Amino acid sequence: MAETKEMKKVLLGPILDNNPIALQVLGVCSALAITTKLETALVMALALTTVTAFSNLFISLIRKQIPSSVRIIIQMTIIASLVIVVDQILKAYSYEISKQLSVFVGLIITNCIVMGRAEAYAMKSPPLMSFLDGIGNGLGYSLVLIIIGTVKELLGFGTLLGFEILPLIQNGGWYQGNGLLILPFSSFFLIGGLIWAIRTIRPAQVEPKE
Amino acid sequence: MSAKKETLGKTIGVVVAVCLVCSIIVSGAAVGLRDLQQTNVAIDKQSNIVEAAGLSELAAGDIAGTFDKYIEEKFVNLETGQYVEKPTKDYDMYKAAKMPEYTVKVTGSNVGFQQRASIASVYIVKNDAGEVTRLILPVHGSGLWDLMYGFLAIDSDGNTVRELIYYQQKETPGLGGEVLNPKWKAKWDGKKLYNDGEVAIQVKKGDNANNPYAVDALSGATLTSNGVQNTLSYWVGENGYGPYLKNQTWKS
Repeated sequence: MAETKEMKKVLLGPILDNNPIALQVLGVCSALAITTKLETALVMALALTTVTAFSNLFISLIRKQIPSSVRIIIQMTIIASLVIVVDQILKAYSYEISKQLSVFVGLIITNCIVMGRAEAYAMKSPPLMSFLDGIGNGLGYSLVLIIIGTVKELLGFGTLLGFEILPLIQNGGWYQGNGLLILPFSSFFLIGGLIWAIRTIRPAQVEPKE
Repeated sequence: MSAKKETLGKTIGVVVAVCLVCSIIVSGAAVGLRDLQQTNVAIDKQSNIVEAAGLSELAAGDIAGTFDKYIEEKFVNLETGQYVEKPTKDYDMYKAAKMPEYTVKVTGSNVGFQQRASIASVYIVKNDAGEVTRLILPVHGSGLWDLMYGFLAIDSDGNTVRELIYYQQKETPGLGGEVLNPKWKAKWDGKKLYNDGEVAIQVKKGDNANNPYAVDALSGATLTSNGVQNTLSYWVGENGYGPYLKNQTWKS
């Protein structure tokens, strides 16, 4: 099948070559806010991947029926419904984490990645490819969240997923937690550093000078 | 996209169809998962009560079991301070505040709500020997943004504070949200509510480690700190649990 190669590209491309956060600089807002602990970052990544994948799938399924004059509204309706379902499921099965994520699950509705993929890809691609594209972009977002969540929790709290890795001085260890990394805005520095690293490895991503 | 004509009828049809399907999915999820969610909320409340009871370590995860074994919910008529029968099967003091048969107007306090229920819950904590070790009083009052709901745990002398745990609040994270900070919560341990029968507990600025009647206010969160102060002044005062705490009803 000639399509297999294309599918692989759609699925894996957004992880490094076309990362939604690092290259397209979309969805940074939530990446700042919920990456203080790795656990919340993982749940958020999972929630966003699910929403992107299924919103792409459903929008692609009815893309020929959507009147272009109201297409954004229809996309929003579908995305919002999916987000509410995800939020309800989190509240039912993972109450503690949903309390920590609080408004940010709801804010997936306005996450530029979901809207961006729906408008740019799902509106003109077949369902299966759109679904894969959603998963791919979700994974790209997840990768960045996991990296940042790991760095912030490890260096900020000395733990990973709540397990102690670097014993803190307060608890009788030797590690002084980095207070800056506990704050949301430190993700700016980390995302900046990450983009720098990726563009050093892949110079093709550097934008041409204007 | 194909160059087909878009008619008004078709546009409306598609919009209505999408909305219908989405609303069915959303309401299906909400209704189908409601039982599980309510169980979660109940467990969350129980786990906060168990924490206020100082039994978290003992519970070791078995919240419901510990709750059933050591904690008993009783109902107090706030005016007389005496125990009363549970008014109705699913009585909730926060819902009852708005019911005509239980409502009592709040006057002369800036605690942040207008009515309270005449009958309030208390949670009695007993040890293995059946002696009362702590009392847990549900308290609430307005913070900066919204009402804050919490539990005040006091010793069986009716005066010494052990814990103040907020389980539902919308204060600014990092400022007012610090009411949840373990370091701040630890400051309440051992503080006294009353001095010679008068409400003496205060939330005020400064290191009050040696003052048995004062707790350091939260820096950068004056309005939240004031809210905590108003909440406590109201609830341990004459119009709140004051009569109950004075009578020491749990000892009889």
